[in-house]
Formats: sequence, C-alpha cells, structure tokens
Amino acid sequence: MTTQEALFNYTLRLGDTNLILAQRLSEWTGHGPFLEEDLALTNIALDITGAAKSLLEYASTIENKGRSADDLAYFRNDRQFFNAQITEQPNGDYAKTIARQAIMDCFDYYFFTELAKSKDETLAGIAQKSIKEVTYHLRHTSSWLERFGDGTEESHNKTQTAINQLWQYTGELFEMTEVDEILLKEGIAVDLNLVKAKWENHMADLLAKCTLIQPENVFMQTGSRKGIHTEHLAFILAEMQALPRMYPDAKW
Amino acid sequence: MSDNQGPVWEIFLQKKAGQPFVHCGSLHAFDKEMALQNARDLYTRRGEGVSIWAVPSNAIVASSPEDIGPFFEPSNDKVYRHPTFYQIPDAIGHM
Amino acid sequence: MELTQFEDVFEGKLAKNEMVEPKDWMPDNYRKHLIRQISQHAHSEIVGMLPEGNWITRAPSLRAKVVLLAKVQDEGGHGLYLYTAAETLGISRDELLDNLHTGKAKYSSIFNYPTLTWADIGAVGWLVDGAAIMNQVMLQRTSYGPYARAMVRICKEESFHQRQGFEIMTHLSFGTADQKAMAQDALNRWWYPTMMMFGPPDAESPNSENAMKWRIKRETNDQLRQKFVNQTVPQVEYLGLTVPDANLKWNEAKKGYDYSEPNWAEFKQVISGNGPCNKERLAARNKAHDDGAWVREAAQAFAKKRKEVYEAA
Repeated sequence: MTTQEALFNYTLRLGDTNLILAQRLSEWTGHGPFLEEDLALTNIALDITGAAKSLLEYASTIENKGRSADDLAYFRNDRQFFNAQITEQPNGDYAKTIARQAIMDCFDYYFFTELAKSKDETLAGIAQKSIKEVTYHLRHTSSWLERFGDGTEESHNKTQTAINQLWQYTGELFEMTEVDEILLKEGIAVDLNLVKAKWENHMADLLAKCTLIQPENVFMQTGSRKGIHTEHLAFILAEMQALPRMYPDAKW
Repeated sequence: MSDNQGPVWEIFLQKKAGQPFVHCGSLHAFDKEMALQNARDLYTRRGEGVSIWAVPSNAIVASSPEDIGPFFEPSNDKVYRHPTFYQIPDAIGHM
Repeated sequence: MELTQFEDVFEGKLAKNEMVEPKDWMPDNYRKHLIRQISQHAHSEIVGMLPEGNWITRAPSLRAKVVLLAKVQDEGGHGLYLYTAAETLGISRDELLDNLHTGKAKYSSIFNYPTLTWADIGAVGWLVDGAAIMNQVMLQRTSYGPYARAMVRICKEESFHQRQGFEIMTHLSFGTADQKAMAQDALNRWWYPTMMMFGPPDAESPNSENAMKWRIKRETNDQLRQKFVNQTVPQVEYLGLTVPDANLKWNEAKKGYDYSEPNWAEFKQVISGNGPCNKERLAARNKAHDDGAWVREAAQAFAKKRKEVYEAA
C-alpha cells in the first residue's frame, strides 16, 4: 500500500464517520424533545456535516481520479464505507442519541487535538477548525448526559441502557491497521493508543459525574476498518443515495 | 411533576468586546447552563455576538406605561445637565 | 383613568404609527387577535419544518444537505421568536403548544401538502417562502412591538431561503429533461396552494377588517396575492416553465397580471383538517412532544436537585 493509498483510506474513514453520524443526527431535525434543543442538536449536525464535506473533498483530491466529494458520498456502496459502526446505530430515544454523541464528541475532542499536529497540513487545518466545534459539542452532550444520569429514575435507566448497548462499538474507534502504521511513520496519522487512554479517563470521570456505570468486560464489535458494517448502514445509504443514483447524469 | 417547557429567560448579547449588552430576545431553559447554551445556539447562529447574558425573566423589574409621566418627563426640563447650557468664551475653544 | 381614556391612548398610538408594547393597555379583541395570529404564524414555522425536513436525509449533494439543514433550523428559530412574542401577551408556551397539538390552533394550510420530489424543496423555498416573505416584510411594521421586532429578525434571516429555493429550481430547469419535468411538476402542484397562503379574498376574509384597523396588517390579502403573482411570473418565465393557469395574462390597465383564483373550496377543506397531510403533520408534532416529555421532566428534576430552578413566571 502506498502512502497516498493509505492517506486516501484514512481520510475516507474520517469523512465517512462524520457523514454517517451527521446523517443520523439530522433525522432529529423537526422532531426534537423541545424546540430549543431541536435547534441545538441541528447545530451539531451542521458542524459535523461540514467536517464530512471538507474531509471528503480532501479525499477526492488525494485520490485524484475525477471523483468529487459528492461522488464519494453518493456512489459508493456499504462495503466501501469506512465509518465507525457506532455512528450508524439508530437514534433510539434521546438518551441513546445523547450517549452516542457524547462518546463520539469525547473521541473527536482528543482525536482532533492530536490530528491538529499532523504533518499533513490539510488534515491539521480541518482538525483545528473541528476542535473548536467539538469542544462545544462535548460541553452540550456532557451537560445533557449529566441531566439524564442525575435527573429522574426513568432518564437514568434509559441512559444506562443506552450506554450498555453502545459500549460494544467503542473498541473499534481505536483499532489501528496497516493504514495507520504507514501514516504514523510519516507523522500524518494519530496514535490511537494515545487517544484511547485520554478517552477512557475522560469517559470514566464523565460517567461517574452522571452517576452512570461504565460497562465492563464488553466484547467489542469490529469490522468497519474493512468496510464491514451492521445491518443499519445499507438502509442509511439507500435513503441518502437514492436521488443521485436514480438520475446519475443530473447535477444538483 | 408536571410537564412544561421550563422557565423563560431574557437574552442579552454583546456584539463586540467593549460594547454594551443589548436585549435580543427570550427563550426557555431549565437551568443556567442550558440557558447559556440555548442562547448560543439560537441567537448567535450568524456570528451576532461574543458574549451572552441570560437572565430569568421573572428577575426583571420593569417600569409601567403609566410611569412615563412621573418617571421621565421631569428630566426633560433639566437643561443644565447638558453641556450646551453653558457658555464658554470663544477664546477658550473646545472644552 | 377611565376605560375610554385608555382607549384614546391606544387609538392615539395607532394613529401616530407608534408601537404598542406588552405592558400597554390594549383592547381584549386586539390581544386575542394578536395571540391567534402570532401563534398561527409560530405553529406554521414549526409544522413547516416537517415537509422540508422530510428531504434532509435525501438531499442529493453535500452542499444541498448543509443548506437544507440550516434552512429548516432557521424555521425552528423563527417559530421560537414568534412563540416568545406571543408569550408577552400573557399566554404560556405550554398553552400555545397544547392548542397546536389538540388541533385547536391553526397553521398555514400550505404545510398540509406533501413534498414528493426534490423539486418540491425548490418550489417550497422559492414560492412558499417567497409568499411568506411578502407577508413578513409588511409585518415588520405591525403595531405590536414584540411581533414587529421578531419579524425584523426573521426577515433578515429569511432572505437566503427564497434564494436557495430558486437556486434549486434553476439547477433543475437548466438540467436534464427529467429534472426540468420534475421542476414543472412541482410548480404545477405548488402554484395554487401558494396563492391560498394569502388567505381568502378580501370580501370573504372575516379577520381582515380588524387587522387593518389595528394596523396589525398593512395590506389586504388580495393586494398581497396580486403582488406575489406580479413578482413571480417573470421568474417562471426565466426558468422556462409554465404557470399552470390558462387565464394568466398581463393587464396593462392595472399594471398587473390577471389570474385564476385558487380553489377556495379545497382551501376550506384543507384548513378544516382534510388536506393530504393534516393528520400526519399533527401526529408528527404530537409524537415529538410526547417522546420528549421524559426529557423535559429529567431536565426539570435535575435543575431542582441542583437548586437551580427559577419558578416559571
């Protein structure tokens, strides 16, 4: 695998993760638990869609085969997507959405902090922009996690259930492959072991503050680094890609 | 506990550092942190501010329309409070 | 002061084009009219998020997705500004929402029509927002201060909405034959419902007379409708599309287009709950509210525990 191929795959992984997460979040727009929070979650969806767009545009440049960011988003099938499986999990109730988002915000916070030091200037630039956004996202989702954890019995139980369900997808976030090894040597990629340690500490503190229990001895799911997903992704793509695929010659 | 949308807060925004805080509107929030975050997400979507005050609506004391006469008109004839009331010799110039 | 003196002050303000503020004395009917109109307007923004939100996950490009998300979010923000304006008249958000959820309050009939294709997102932005803006520009000078101020903010933000709708229509109209057909089909379906947005003809509009007298409205339904047709027809021509009205023609004498009235019988049916999507829209709003109940309760309980609660005014 060449460095360029590795960089293309790495950037796709980041772009896809943001794209699918944003796709899930945007399902809430117009259906939030109350108006103010509807707008707040949509702001997060907007930031993440923006990050996905920048990353896929960069992937398109790296590949340099005439495929645009839109082509990458709309004309690949599920086996060619590299988003983390946690991002494609259904929204469920608001506790599950907040739990999924807090897990990802915390990951992104430490991930982008590291990526901002990347020798790849474009990735470093995208990361620097994202850090500011993600810092706010994490503040927003952490405060909701705390309200739920220490709110009513119902909200506590719903949130604990969500954390228990989602935890099996967290291991994957830190998996390093040949792609990571190649780019790590070049000073481009992030050492995910480093991110993992920080993420684990932060999550442990956050969950404790929220009176929630961190699941233990969880068997971690895996696959997305190879384009293997849960059943949900194909449905997301069927919906998202329908129009461009129905009219492949059209420009929108 | 009855379901509701939470208390109303009044939001004041500072457009740039050094400028006064100006009322921009209201919103609902259940706690202080939420009031601040909701204000950020609702009233600064287009870069309208650099600082936010969120104040519970019921903490605001307001004058009444009937107060216009007794409150504000007595100050209308106090011309001596304005610099133009005083004559300074031309030779002194700007003071 | 005697009641008649209060009335004189109020009438005096209207005559001088001054704003009425929340604590000012106002006639009961004026207050009721405003609550009805502002809350209808707010509900329209909130329900209006649904037909457009319907296409966010299916937007055909990343750019279109970001733009539509931002636009639908804006509609939510506008609903919120309007709810808080209505609340200054002494009605709570809870009551306002309850009126919407039980079907007691109305919202713009337009949102009871379905968005069937991507071109509908273009048509809604271009025609529906175009019609709404016409109404909203007028309302920036409405006599009730909080309403007028909300409208100023809304108009400022709304200005990109119509442009994004027209941009979609442009891409489609100058795109492939399939896309152009999609655009024409959307225009055919949205033209008359948009015309209905200005309300029944002046002669049959029960609330218009008071609204004009109190300077809540500054132009009549028919005046606004005519303005809309005059403004839109050249845009249709630019796109190379056809207005679905065989009677449409320029009338030199009135310096405006003659046009066919929309089907007012259909309008009455749609506002009384029999439009294609009335039940779905209301069900969607009710579901979001009901599903959110435990979230609001948790937030309330948490605030109480942290002694942060401020009793609702």
